[in-house]
Amino acid sequence: MTTLDLQAIGLRELNQTLQSANSTDRTVAYEIINPQGAHAIACGLNKPIHVDIRGHAGFYCAGMNQHATIKVHGHAGVGLAENMMSGSVHVTGNASQAAGATAHGGLLVIEGDASSRCGISMKGIDIVVGGSVGHMSAFMAQAGNLVVCGDAGDALGDSLYEASLFVQGNVEGLGADCIEKPMYKEHVALVQDLLNKSGINKSGKNNAGIKADASQFKRFGSERKLYHFTPDNAGEY
Amino acid sequence: MHNKKQPQTIPRQSATFDEYTLSEIRRAADTGIYDIRGGGAKRKLPHFDDLLFLGASMSRYPLEGYREKCDTNVELGTRYASKPLSLKIPVTIAGMSFGSLSGQAKEALGRGANAAGTSTTTGDGGMTAEERQHSAQLVYQYLPSRYGMNPDDLRQADAIEIVVGQGAKPGGGGMLMGQKISDRVAEMRTLPKGVDQRSACRHPDWTGPDDLEIKILELREITGWEKPIFIKIGGARPYYDTTLAIKAGADVVVVDGMQGGTAATQDVFIEHVGQPTLACIRPAVQALLDLDMHRKVQLIVSGGIRNGADVAKALALGADAVSIGTAALIALGDNHPQYENDYQHLGSTAGAYDDWHEGRDPAGITTQDPELAKRLDPVLAGRRLANYLNVLTLEAQTIARACGKSHVNNLDPDDLVALTVEASAMAQVPLAGTSWIPGQ
Repeated sequence: MTTLDLQAIGLRELNQTLQSANSTDRTVAYEIINPQGAHAIACGLNKPIHVDIRGHAGFYCAGMNQHATIKVHGHAGVGLAENMMSGSVHVTGNASQAAGATAHGGLLVIEGDASSRCGISMKGIDIVVGGSVGHMSAFMAQAGNLVVCGDAGDALGDSLYEASLFVQGNVEGLGADCIEKPMYKEHVALVQDLLNKSGINKSGKNNAGIKADASQFKRFGSERKLYHFTPDNAGEY
Repeated sequence: MHNKKQPQTIPRQSATFDEYTLSEIRRAADTGIYDIRGGGAKRKLPHFDDLLFLGASMSRYPLEGYREKCDTNVELGTRYASKPLSLKIPVTIAGMSFGSLSGQAKEALGRGANAAGTSTTTGDGGMTAEERQHSAQLVYQYLPSRYGMNPDDLRQADAIEIVVGQGAKPGGGGMLMGQKISDRVAEMRTLPKGVDQRSACRHPDWTGPDDLEIKILELREITGWEKPIFIKIGGARPYYDTTLAIKAGADVVVVDGMQGGTAATQDVFIEHVGQPTLACIRPAVQALLDLDMHRKVQLIVSGGIRNGADVAKALALGADAVSIGTAALIALGDNHPQYENDYQHLGSTAGAYDDWHEGRDPAGITTQDPELAKRLDPVLAGRRLANYLNVLTLEAQTIARACGKSHVNNLDPDDLVALTVEASAMAQVPLAGTSWIPGQ
């Protein structure tokens, strides 16, 4: 484990060090201390390294991540793991707006709450939120899975394409073209698998004490009525 | 009793309700939905034609046309990027997506731009391997939809263009109709095949210039501070938008006026939102001057550039380079009279065809239909584009030499006069024959 003090070396040297790490497995590990809410920490990584960020991170933490395993021991700002391609990002606290935005792959775990537009335009990522998500989450979400152990704010899944949304708690309101769909066995299994990968279980015996029972989730998806422009749909928007 | 016929006036068509207007009302009444089309504003607008160069005489010393050098090279991205874009000519190819255009058309754009020594630009939907291969200098558009966006492509781009808006539709998102969502386009955009695809009008993870500054920081960190970052704005409020783009950290600002084309948007949007290109340049230049950033942050102007005179006029007003889209497509063969029968069959005519979103382009350019796309020979079309780019450059040089300039970027507003009061006010150059500029 190599310790990097962000305040001592600065953002450019920090990211350069992480981006140039030569690793083909997860044996190379870094610990970042004194992040102090800096922006763009550990963005653009493309090797299977492990990074622990000890403290809060600002905007676009772990942006466009490929292969790396990144854990934020604190809260994260806007655009956490935006456009992630692969790997995983785990936040022990809360995340601000647009967490996991447009991300194509990988796993994003937020133990606390996520703000509005969580998973906006997601394109294949799996997102697991231990708490609740804000309004307009999964707006125009195209692919992937959003699992919310708490509640979802208004206009969930507005203008949804083919992403799947799972919520254990209450949904304040569904967005245009988003409907509740039956929860079949395969969906329970999918949610359970994602909960397992996120370290969340029924008993709440995990770091954040999150209780989640895969069988209690509701599933939401696209009604696919707005896939084609017709005057009849004009009132839906 | 007289049976004399009373004199009658001839039937008079309304100037307000002209034939086009009547046909649009009937179309709207028939269909219940707005008209969608490609291209930019078609209405008559104050434009570069309303400006003239003065040339040299007693008070200016011209350069010899066939003997003395007039340079055309331009560097884009000198503010922060460690690897600015070095172009031989001040004319770039604007962003047009694979999806809206065929693969062959994208290849032809790359071939033509390479031969002329300039750059091409990706579009919504991401970068194809073919366009990277065929474009020596490729600008990667970073759009609200982030369709096909991935960091590997970002790293192999030569510059990054953050698209905030475009002249045809400032404040509007994109559309790609289902008939153009082929298997490959669907895969690139992670969408079901055949859906009418919407591209968002706002970026998903930033709002406003303060956030954008941080977004640019992220992009620079991911690409090692090598790539020039362009910010493209539609011609809405060019003074403030340019100011904010500079503040957010742009290396290059691209200002696109309302004559700039789009693949598909509502006609009402194209014709009624945004400002003419001519009206956008001086406010954008003023913003650069006020921040002491003119020539440090480069300005690219696009929207209705057609010939070397337009290029020279845009540069004289303060741009560092121009960008062409529609004209490049026409150079490739778009709207060519050789396909007149096909255009007629589609209810249009060569020169007026703008239903690019339908994917039935007889010229094989704005289509994903493999049979139609085969009509375009990318090598031949690329050569045509290179020829056209060379002519634009030669024409701009001709004018610059006549004004006594050894580089096309040395042209300045003092070389120009306006033919109309409107153009004089917009371009802030005197009305011809006077020293009067409205408002000054």
